[in-house]
Amino acid sequence: MNPQALARSRDFDHRGRAWYVDRAVTVFVFIGGTSAILFIGGIFAFIAREGLGFVFSEFDAGEFFGSIAWRPTSALDATYGALALIVGTASITGLAMVVSIPFSLAAAVFIGEFARGRVRETLKVLVELLAAIPSVVWGFIGFSIMNSLIIDLFDVPIGLNVLNAGIILGLMAAPIMTTIAEDALKAVPDGYREAAEALGATRWQVIRKVVIPAAKNGLVAAVLLGVGRGFGETMVVLMASGHSINLPDSVFDSVRALTATIAAELGETAVGSDHFRALFTLGILLFMVTFAINLAADTIMRGIRRKGERGRP
Amino acid sequence: MVGDVAPNGGGASADALSAKVVVQNLTIRYGNQVALRGLDLSIRRNEILGVIGPAGSGKTSFLRALNRMDEFIPGMEVEGRITFDGRDIRRVRNVYALRSRIGVVFPLPVGLPLTVYENVALAPRLRGVRKGSELDEIVERCLRRAALWEEVKDRLDSLGSLLSGGQQQRLTIARALSQEPDLLLLDEFSIAVDPVTTMRIEEVLKELKHEMSIVLVTNLVQQARRLADRTAFFLTGEHVETSDTARIFSGIVKDPRTHDYIEGRFG
Repeated sequence: MNPQALARSRDFDHRGRAWYVDRAVTVFVFIGGTSAILFIGGIFAFIAREGLGFVFSEFDAGEFFGSIAWRPTSALDATYGALALIVGTASITGLAMVVSIPFSLAAAVFIGEFARGRVRETLKVLVELLAAIPSVVWGFIGFSIMNSLIIDLFDVPIGLNVLNAGIILGLMAAPIMTTIAEDALKAVPDGYREAAEALGATRWQVIRKVVIPAAKNGLVAAVLLGVGRGFGETMVVLMASGHSINLPDSVFDSVRALTATIAAELGETAVGSDHFRALFTLGILLFMVTFAINLAADTIMRGIRRKGERGRP
Repeated sequence: MVGDVAPNGGGASADALSAKVVVQNLTIRYGNQVALRGLDLSIRRNEILGVIGPAGSGKTSFLRALNRMDEFIPGMEVEGRITFDGRDIRRVRNVYALRSRIGVVFPLPVGLPLTVYENVALAPRLRGVRKGSELDEIVERCLRRAALWEEVKDRLDSLGSLLSGGQQQRLTIARALSQEPDLLLLDEFSIAVDPVTTMRIEEVLKELKHEMSIVLVTNLVQQARRLADRTAFFLTGEHVETSDTARIFSGIVKDPRTHDYIEGRFG
């Protein structure tokens, strides 16, 4: 062997700086990557420890899901009926979706399919800016502007209600849904659009017959993530919903949401008391619902679908 | 019989009257770059017009201009005049109706994210065919004519994108035929297709020209020789010449560069 090659093969046993940097970076990104699992597990364990204690002692499923009597502070007969809270959250989220789905899908189609050049870039930046508005600011808008607007427009005594919180929450969820939906539309190859236009399809026909079906998974995921966002949102529903325990008859009734209840009451409970642990049970419920929604969104986004699922109509 | 005289003796002036498409002084730019310069050309009825030339010669830009597909390519500018059946295509009020009469086959098969059946049924649906039996009939006819029916008749409901490359390209031809076009544009259709399938499609094209005009843009000089009635040679945006294919390939050319190209001396 020539001496040069011999010298170089001596490096086989020498670990230089690059080797150690590589190893350090590997460890660092491994910790970063796996910490998500750690946190999810940790959070769930923490909530479960407090909440499940309640579930196994005081918990009465019939009362929890069937009664609206949320009276945790009653000295004589504390009851923990969460029905009104569940309905409150569901009605606000439902209305929010009615507001935000058409809005954000239309916005995504406009930005993704119709707008060009500078208009498109400007809109995208603005939508992302909207998504960055803190929820307390949205809550403030609901509390002050929307409140008086609803009172004036509909001639009702109070403007902090399902309508107010639903609209504000919808506006708040719309930018995120728009951004994700627009990404889904952008992922549809241009070749599809060209091929469909070459067939003589109008812009709208191209979008309806080709682009939206192709982006279907991403669009559904966008909606689900919006739902998950609405479900877990706290500040807006605390400020704009009226925060009163009530099964709403109309959108003009005040309601109270699960999240807002936890936020408002947790600070006033004794650690380890039934009330404290009942709030954690609400947390378990929220956690499971949002987890299920996000999991569904993720599964759909991965495009799990059966081959040839669509037959002839 | 008295007065029974063929009105068109042939030649350029006859083209202007009877041609399917007449292109006059067509210039295409992308920003500062000129893709095609001052093209004069006509496409006759029931002919296959071969368009040959090396990459970047303006062949695809020419096709795009024919069905106004330039409109969604930012920066593509088209000047000059193109008439389709005597109508200036810049002045038609419904561009979608124009496009629906022009079938396009792209270099790489674009199977829309639909079933085999729906790929072919889309264009008829767009023009308002609703009846299932009528659609079934159109789909079968178009697939048969694209020499694909036998291979897919049992899997019409599976996704078009699951077919092989050659099958997908025949699917796009079937889809183009479902428009009932009178002009068919093929842009290097055989790039992603095996030789056997290529020959089958070529046979199909020979049949189709009895019903429509066909523009065949191709990288394969021999393909133009096999199929085209006339062949146009483009070179870096310049239309060098168009002539009967038989003449060009027997060495009768107006410009020596054409001869060099078909002999494989450059490009």
